[in-house]
Amino acid sequence: MNAGALKRTPFYDLHVAASAKMVPFAGFEMPVQYASITQEHETVRTGVGVFDVSHMGEFEFSGPDRNAWVNRLTCNDIAALQEGQAQYTALLNDDGTFIDDCIVYRFDDRIMMVVNAANAEKDWQHVVAHKSGVNARVKNISDDVALLAIQGPQSEALLQSLTAVSLSQLRYYHFEVGHVAGVDCFLARTGYTGEDGFELYFRPKHAETVWQAVVGRGGAVPCGLGARDTLRLEVGYPLYGNDIDDTVNPYEARLGWIVKLDKGAPFVGRRALETIKAKGGPTRRLVGLTMEGKGAIPRHGYDVYLKDRKVDIVRSGGFSPSLQMGIGTTFLPTHSVDPGTAIQIDVRGKRVEAVVAKLPFYTKGSVKSA
Amino acid sequence: MSEIPDNLHYTEEHEYVRPADDAGIVVVGITDYAQGELGDVVYVDLPEVGAKFNEMEEFGSIEAVKAVSQLFCPLAGEVVEINQALEADPALINRDPYGEGWMIKLEIRSRADLDQLLTAADYAQHVGE
Repeated sequence: MNAGALKRTPFYDLHVAASAKMVPFAGFEMPVQYASITQEHETVRTGVGVFDVSHMGEFEFSGPDRNAWVNRLTCNDIAALQEGQAQYTALLNDDGTFIDDCIVYRFDDRIMMVVNAANAEKDWQHVVAHKSGVNARVKNISDDVALLAIQGPQSEALLQSLTAVSLSQLRYYHFEVGHVAGVDCFLARTGYTGEDGFELYFRPKHAETVWQAVVGRGGAVPCGLGARDTLRLEVGYPLYGNDIDDTVNPYEARLGWIVKLDKGAPFVGRRALETIKAKGGPTRRLVGLTMEGKGAIPRHGYDVYLKDRKVDIVRSGGFSPSLQMGIGTTFLPTHSVDPGTAIQIDVRGKRVEAVVAKLPFYTKGSVKSA
Repeated sequence: MSEIPDNLHYTEEHEYVRPADDAGIVVVGITDYAQGELGDVVYVDLPEVGAKFNEMEEFGSIEAVKAVSQLFCPLAGEVVEINQALEADPALINRDPYGEGWMIKLEIRSRADLDQLLTAADYAQHVGE
């Protein structure tokens, strides 16, 4: 990516007007925070916040073989989805490691796949490379989609004031087509914060209308990528590039629940995952960790030691505003993953005691999980 | 725009120095610009009273929600006091970096050393404001 060629989402001017601190992220200029990460975090845990996540990539599959194609590309089972349902899944390499994690939405006549912005280009190459013999089409609609995530225990009340869609009937990981503030969109009960919430997909030209309704009339607090990261880490959601990447398979990442070996359709990576399973499972697993001492905060890349042997690095790490302590994730040998296991983190040259913690770190979220 | 008081001295690493008396005691902290870039401060690691540092030697670190930053001693000297209030309320650095959010008091060798540091105008240019 050419550093001089950063893209902007349709909300860019609104972020600048709201005094956001803009940073380069996955090829976009994105708001990392407005006033304060901890305040934005707290707002989402107790009220309602809104995130611009329009940088995410969207692919639209259509045509008669679309379901078979997506089922070949992803490890979860698209056939288990009803129309109006969404599913967390992943694109894998032949060796079973992650190309990306993603969400698929099943419409009556198409499937939309939402992927990480940083991976959108390689995901696209992978999708196209596995098209042979398929009577279906895929379109990269990333530039035609604006995406806002409205998150927090008050999100249903706010959004209900802007739409006729009956939100109390909309279940977790389901979506409806409708209007918000008069704008055509579809509303999904999904998110990345551990709180109840919705993601709204609509045309970029309506960005200001929806933003003004949600933030202006609705009173949702704009939140940046900083709070998005602390919120997702507290509830143990993996982040591509930190917790999962093309060296990690779903079993190692505790995402075996999205792998459907028996779905009745071959998929990329299946053979490798079957072999791993036949050999008794992965030799390492992603675990949570918390710091024993006050003040030391694990950061991505710090070395992790188990009984004086370096075993990994901190994958995700940071300060937890809800728990007021340093938290993180790392990979440990499968025999040493029990909560309470002592490990050490090298914090800028000093070995600091840490312990394996149960995931998620934060369990009081309002998310309406099934 | 961040606040850059005229009567202070600065480093390129975003520390400020304020002469506290006519002898050699100065107050050290980080600038308004630095606290804004770091975001919410959650912990500050400060040295013990009596610790001696050379010019631009690391004297501590500051942890924010998203990032950690080293603290560099603007001038050679000995720590004569640390801001105890930061242990209970590190966000003082965000709210009042030049006041209650100060970090250490340092006894420097000579007030003439202050001339090595950046002026407010130099520092404003350094941070592009």
